[in-house]
Amino acid sequence: MVPVLELRGLSKRYPGHTAVDGISLSIPRGAFYSLLGPSGCGKTTTLRLIAGLEAPDSGEIYLNGESISHLRPYERNVNTVFQNYALFPHLTVEGNIGFGLRHKRSDDIGRRVRETLQLVQLEGKENRYPSELSGGERQRAALARSLVLEPAVLLLDEPLAALDQKLRKQMRAELKSLQRRVDITFLFVTHDQEEALSLSDCIAVMNQGRIEQIGAPQEVYLRPRTRFVAGFLGAVNWINGAGVRPETTHISRVIPEGDVRVCPATVESSVFLGNCFHVEARLATGIPVIAEVPRHDDTYESGESVHVWWRTSDELTFEHESE
Amino acid sequence: MTRLRLYFLTPAALSLTLLFLAPLAIVLVYSLMNRGVWGGVELPYTVENYRRLLDPIYLGILLRSFLMAGAATLACLLLGFPLALFIARAGKRQSLYLHLVIVPFWTSFLVRTYAWMFLLRDTGLVNTALLALGFIREPLPLLYNSFAVLVGLVYGYLPFMVLPLYATLAKIDRSLLEAAADLGARPWQSLRRVIVPLAAPGIRAGAVLVFIPCLGAYLTPDLLGGSKTIMIGNVIQNQFTSSRDWPFGSAVSLAVMAVVMALLLGWLRREKERLL
Repeated sequence: MVPVLELRGLSKRYPGHTAVDGISLSIPRGAFYSLLGPSGCGKTTTLRLIAGLEAPDSGEIYLNGESISHLRPYERNVNTVFQNYALFPHLTVEGNIGFGLRHKRSDDIGRRVRETLQLVQLEGKENRYPSELSGGERQRAALARSLVLEPAVLLLDEPLAALDQKLRKQMRAELKSLQRRVDITFLFVTHDQEEALSLSDCIAVMNQGRIEQIGAPQEVYLRPRTRFVAGFLGAVNWINGAGVRPETTHISRVIPEGDVRVCPATVESSVFLGNCFHVEARLATGIPVIAEVPRHDDTYESGESVHVWWRTSDELTFEHESE
Repeated sequence: MTRLRLYFLTPAALSLTLLFLAPLAIVLVYSLMNRGVWGGVELPYTVENYRRLLDPIYLGILLRSFLMAGAATLACLLLGFPLALFIARAGKRQSLYLHLVIVPFWTSFLVRTYAWMFLLRDTGLVNTALLALGFIREPLPLLYNSFAVLVGLVYGYLPFMVLPLYATLAKIDRSLLEAAADLGARPWQSLRRVIVPLAAPGIRAGAVLVFIPCLGAYLTPDLLGGSKTIMIGNVIQNQFTSSRDWPFGSAVSLAVMAVVMALLLGWLRREKERLL
């Protein structure tokens, strides 16, 4: 099947730095696809290149198999949910949602606006102006404004970043179920690895304008191909060249048996986090490690001599790097 | 604190009272008196001056003044909007261009109006150039008509349109225009559906700032216009000079002021209702 969106060798250079450095990826129809990376990694620029708001220096963009690189933003069948929402302040919710439909000469604008209002649960707010909406409502209005056009791909630029912590978690769940219902391909840009892991069918991890790894959430978390990916997706203890996640790092007073590696260590502190303890220890070689210890295990005092151990099968290995 | 604030207000309050309210009161009283033989005013009191305002001649001039000021305002808007938009998008050059817009203010308005006479008259630059290039056989009648007055007004008051327009256009968030394009709006649709509505406060302010002085203009029609392009400002001016009819001049002034205020208040109220 032809991917709904495909990038081939896409690059964007600015004076002094390369924002996007020859990235290629292909997004299957109906996917919830995330571009994950730290700020300045080029993920937002990539999104703007796809939307047509920036012109690439090289490379091609294909939508449903056809090159759209030469098209103006208003000619591309993709729509963007902007990070600051960019709602039109002089239009009501209804006016904002109907904005794009008026260019499509659709004859049932009213009905489609009502359906979309219902979809994002903004019924009763259609006559409000953006300034009269809460943060969550603005977010929904921005989503609705793009969704109503039924784009081939919906581009979302950190749409949850402006919300507070609690609302963000709630909207995250809504976003996922919304995507399933409307059956539109989502390309979701975020720097929040938890967001990317919990929402996506597929994640492309970006760093310094390049894609480091593409894979399903479990794959990029459990089998990161580079140290960068390992470190960006979660905490890692780096011990003699091997990477071990805190939840697979164990602590015991006796030397464990089996296919494990063991290092003597001294406990430095133990922090209770509710569902577990984070025990910080320092190996005899001076390397600090963090172990996530279940609540029902023994508690450890600082200064105590222990053994830090992990299964060799839990080690993260990197075939592509020499660092 | 409150008292200190009052002290600071005193100079403004005093000058407004002395230089605005008191003269206005004098004009009001004059308008209700009879003309003196050599100018000035004489008792008894009368409302005859206001009755004379209803003379079709003066109503005609008033109407033409409104049309002229309206045309000048519209022309300033049509010329000023693209210019203001250009300046608002000029990045680092914005302040340079803004200064260029203001540069004409460095010279007296009178001198600049004379300059237009030299440009537009039969032996002026425009006609001489067109004749020399063979585009015309006889000089075009560019001066001493409504066209010349309109040119003079638009030239004189364009900056008053450009500055408030620039102020609102520069504030428009670029991401709104990106959103409009993203939602399928072509550039001119973005202009019509996003930029113009968001620039509305600037358009209103500019329109008021241009329309009111144009309505009362007397220098421009006096120098660039002919006998048939007299405006209400010239009527008022004549009453205080050659006609020596101060009471009637006062009545005309107050009538124009009243009409403008009524229009402005009605308009502001409608705007307020629209916003609520």
